[in-house]
Amino acid sequence: MKHFFAALMLAISFQVMAVIETYEFETEAQEQLYTEIIHELRCPKCQNQTIAESNAGLSEDLRYIVYQKVSAGEEKRDILAYMQQRYGDFVLYDPPVKPSNYFLWFAPIFVFIIILIAVLARVGRRKVTPDSSDDTEEL
Amino acid sequence: MIPELGNFLLIMAFINAIFLGVLSFVGAHYEHQGLMRFTKRSAISIFLLILASFICLTVSFINNDFSVAYVANHSNSQLPIYYRISAVWGAHEGSLLLWVLILAGWMAAVAVFSKALPKPLVSRVLGVMGFIAVGFIAFTLFTSNPFERVLPFIPIDGADLNPLLQDFGLIVHPPMLYMGYVGFAVVFAFAIAGLLEGELDNQWARWSRPWTTVAWIFLSLGIALGSWWAYYELGWGGWWFWDPVENASFMPWLAGTALIHSLAATEKRGVFKSWTVLLAILTFSLSLLGTFLVRSGVLTSVHSFANDPVRGRFILVFLGIVVGASLLIFAIQSSKIRSKSNFGIFSREAALLFNNALLAVVTFMVLLGTLHPLIQEAFTGGKSSVGPPYFNLMFSIFMIPILILMPIGQQINWKQEPIKPLLTKYWIWALGSILLGFAIVMMMGEVAPMAFVGTALGLWVAAGCAKYILGQTSKSDSFSSGLKKISLSYWGMIVAHLGVAITVLGVVLTSYYSVEKNIKIHQGETVQVEDLNVEFYDFNNLEGPNYISSAGSFRIYMDGKLLADLHPEKRKYHASSMVMTEADINAGLFRDIYVVMGEPLDDGAWAVSVHYKAFVRWIWLGALVMALGGLLAVSDKRYRQRKRERKNAKKNGADKNTANSDSLGADSE
Repeated sequence: MKHFFAALMLAISFQVMAVIETYEFETEAQEQLYTEIIHELRCPKCQNQTIAESNAGLSEDLRYIVYQKVSAGEEKRDILAYMQQRYGDFVLYDPPVKPSNYFLWFAPIFVFIIILIAVLARVGRRKVTPDSSDDTEEL
Repeated sequence: MIPELGNFLLIMAFINAIFLGVLSFVGAHYEHQGLMRFTKRSAISIFLLILASFICLTVSFINNDFSVAYVANHSNSQLPIYYRISAVWGAHEGSLLLWVLILAGWMAAVAVFSKALPKPLVSRVLGVMGFIAVGFIAFTLFTSNPFERVLPFIPIDGADLNPLLQDFGLIVHPPMLYMGYVGFAVVFAFAIAGLLEGELDNQWARWSRPWTTVAWIFLSLGIALGSWWAYYELGWGGWWFWDPVENASFMPWLAGTALIHSLAATEKRGVFKSWTVLLAILTFSLSLLGTFLVRSGVLTSVHSFANDPVRGRFILVFLGIVVGASLLIFAIQSSKIRSKSNFGIFSREAALLFNNALLAVVTFMVLLGTLHPLIQEAFTGGKSSVGPPYFNLMFSIFMIPILILMPIGQQINWKQEPIKPLLTKYWIWALGSILLGFAIVMMMGEVAPMAFVGTALGLWVAAGCAKYILGQTSKSDSFSSGLKKISLSYWGMIVAHLGVAITVLGVVLTSYYSVEKNIKIHQGETVQVEDLNVEFYDFNNLEGPNYISSAGSFRIYMDGKLLADLHPEKRKYHASSMVMTEADINAGLFRDIYVVMGEPLDDGAWAVSVHYKAFVRWIWLGALVMALGGLLAVSDKRYRQRKRERKNAKKNGADKNTANSDSLGADSE
């Protein structure tokens, strides 16, 4: 849907071709890791696309780097760190848990806990009065 | 001439809307019959004026009038007629006109369908909507006028509609989405009008409910259509990316879903009144925020927004006025709202409260994830991203409790119910869901823990619906007579919740058990992809009305049996010289097979992408079922009965028994 809007609303034109490359891997695990990683990296010069779906030359290069590193047996963490070092937090679709992102990661849960406490405190303590006549008809 | 006429009609509508916005409140305040009658007529005439204006733009498109800048930029003489019509809402200016048209349509609908409501209330509701219309018509006229001409140098031909949008998806998706988006303006207007009158009783909730549900139905369908369109048109096999523009439509949907539930509690039990009103305000505010996000260009970059700020600033100011004013009214008037609240922790009220708390937090999470990069960029200049890994994780965390509570919440009594006997009725269903979930996951392949949890939860929600039906029918003599006793609004709830179950199963199974493989294949060759054999048996160059295309033909076999014969294409459009892949999909209830043409490789082979998508249809099927549930709920006859009853009540003076007649009729979700 996002391309739709991009085209519809932001009037950005771009090539819409599926990216299809046929890298060969030694093991299935490596291939899965490769797919996983390219779906978590953001193309540094596109409008919100992963490098997996972007046709930009840069994305192509980045996929090749990921391919090489995966084939060389590097860990996911190291490959992501390598990309982060070169292109900044921008390329990481999975925002790192660090102080500037604490609010992002923990605020929803914090808000939920507050609501939960408020609700439980109010509802839990209250006495329920016996049915008055106007209530029974609704049950 | 026609574009000028369209422009003129739009200006007329604008002036009319100003009168509506002002005179409606005057009329309501003094209960002036003439002014209140004017309000209704004005609402209908605004709709007719904008409709006529919209038709003028459409005619310009059909006639290929390239002297109109908007037509020249988004159409082409080679474009087939149906795309020339849908191109009207193919870009910013025209889709704003569609936005305004739909708002006016909702206004007219309120004017026509609320004969049973007190006139001052209707006047105020229309007045609030009139104000919104003033804002958006002004936005269209002054910053994004679709009727502007390019004179004197008229282009010979148009620049063409973006090929991505030359699709059935474009014809239906934006109108649906806008119907939903803008539809929440009605319940918003009801909330503001109710606050102004200081009277928010059960009646108010009852009147607001069908409007909210109808808007929600459209929004559900609109979002599902967008997701489906992305799936088949883009050739990447995905259906949701948590992109800011997707989130912009998803946030009002989440808030609207919460609103539907809290309205039910407000109507039936007179509880959560302030919260319901606040939620109505927030839901529409999120619609406006979404409009701001996608219209202002702020998403591309905070800086690009700052460079061309006119449009963005206009909506931002308007958003500020609407949200600020409505919150101010809420702050002043909400002390007048008296909620009853006589219920225990194990009651339907409490269940709905948890539902709302969770949905509110999910909405907040999506909002936070969407805005966080923008805020960070604005304040620190650093660019960062929040994407699917964050949203998927956080969304699951809050969805799991919602799904666990759903079957219990839909059946627990109002007010209070001892929890232990209730839960003992459920354990067999829970066990069944777990076992069946495990069996399904085993059958699909590898047993991933989260796949199992998700599948079991989807089944649990479905089991809740089945249990509900069985529970209701067991009270009756026969199964069929029991089914008939369930009211339509209860059916609505069950069907909508069943839709949730279907979507959950679809999402979980697609995510975990789909296969996606890129292969290198020569013509005449057969390549194995997991259990599938893919045969590339033919290749042709085709010519379409405004493009040329390379089309491959593939046969897909499984265990020697032919499953599908697919013809994916790769098109190049003449006017824009854009290249697009057209995936070909063999759709099935339990799986899709999806083939996309890639690039020709050096040795004459083609790179081709083959996807096996397990249960992917269920995602959209579930949304359809949810929408059907909404439809059942609004067609409950008590909404129409009310009218008759009110009329009779007026005739007979006060009739105290009317309240009883709908007590069986229901309390749906």
